[in-house]
Amino acid sequence: MPVFWTSVGDFLAMGGYGVYVWGAYGVTTLAVLAEVMALRGRARRSGPLTRRADEAHRS
Amino acid sequence: MATSTAARSMLFRYASPATFYPLAGRLWPWFAAAAVVLALAGLAIGLLVAPTDATQGDAYRIIFIHVPAAWMSMFIYLVMAFYAVLTLGFNTRLSAMMMRSLAPTGAMFTFVALWTGALWGKPTWGTWWVWDARLTSELILFFLYLGFIALQSAIDDTRRADRAGALVALVGAVNVPIIYFSVKWWNTLHQGASVSLTRAPSMARDMLLGMLLMAIACWMYSIAVALVRVRALIVERERDAAWLREAGAAD
Repeated sequence: MPVFWTSVGDFLAMGGYGVYVWGAYGVTTLAVLAEVMALRGRARRSGPLTRRADEAHRS
Repeated sequence: MATSTAARSMLFRYASPATFYPLAGRLWPWFAAAAVVLALAGLAIGLLVAPTDATQGDAYRIIFIHVPAAWMSMFIYLVMAFYAVLTLGFNTRLSAMMMRSLAPTGAMFTFVALWTGALWGKPTWGTWWVWDARLTSELILFFLYLGFIALQSAIDDTRRADRAGALVALVGAVNVPIIYFSVKWWNTLHQGASVSLTRAPSMARDMLLGMLLMAIACWMYSIAVALVRVRALIVERERDAAWLREAGAAD
């Protein structure tokens, strides 16, 4: 499948809608990252319990 | 007959937090990997390959996240309502935990749907926001998620929190068909569905492919995140249960 854009500048400009398109994709990326980081923090806090639970099933 | 009994006994087996815990642990990395691969493919097609839309220009590229996020926001709420029925009807522990585990992800997708919708609306409609039926009911969905989460954390007694949350999930589910059909029932500024099960989609092939890839990626992401969160919930809630206590005694 051929790439639609002819230059990186065109791609970033998004036909003049760059602010809207990248604003949408940027904030979505932040929202997903925030959720993943929050989950990692939670897993770390319950770390000893998680290890114990994982071991309970390995044995 | 024999297979249905076997299937049912397996279902009950995995309805126990202690047995679901390791299953979720084995499954989530696969869903996470699928989400990453599908999202990269969907983004490549949506942002790099798909042509500019004739009427909306490149602002339309926002739909590659907006539409899958909006679908997910509604679908997750329905799944929560399904678990709410199990929680209220059978008092099962895992269903309440699944319900709770899905809410933050649902809220996240609802926020993304609203945010990307505003950024699409400004260049296309000339306004960030209108109080039309589609937008207003989606905003109500966002508040339902937030209300559910707030209620769950406000009630200390886990069982009572589960039942109160299940009630909110169940009553709030009425809002989902209102969101979905709002563009048909009322004369909204929001456009009608571009993709439906009953007729051919009104989109170019690459646009549709990009959107479907992103939609499946959102599904995979939601499942992965819900499984990880339910594992955290299981260890937090079951810390005094025998299967976890025995494992601790072995240390």
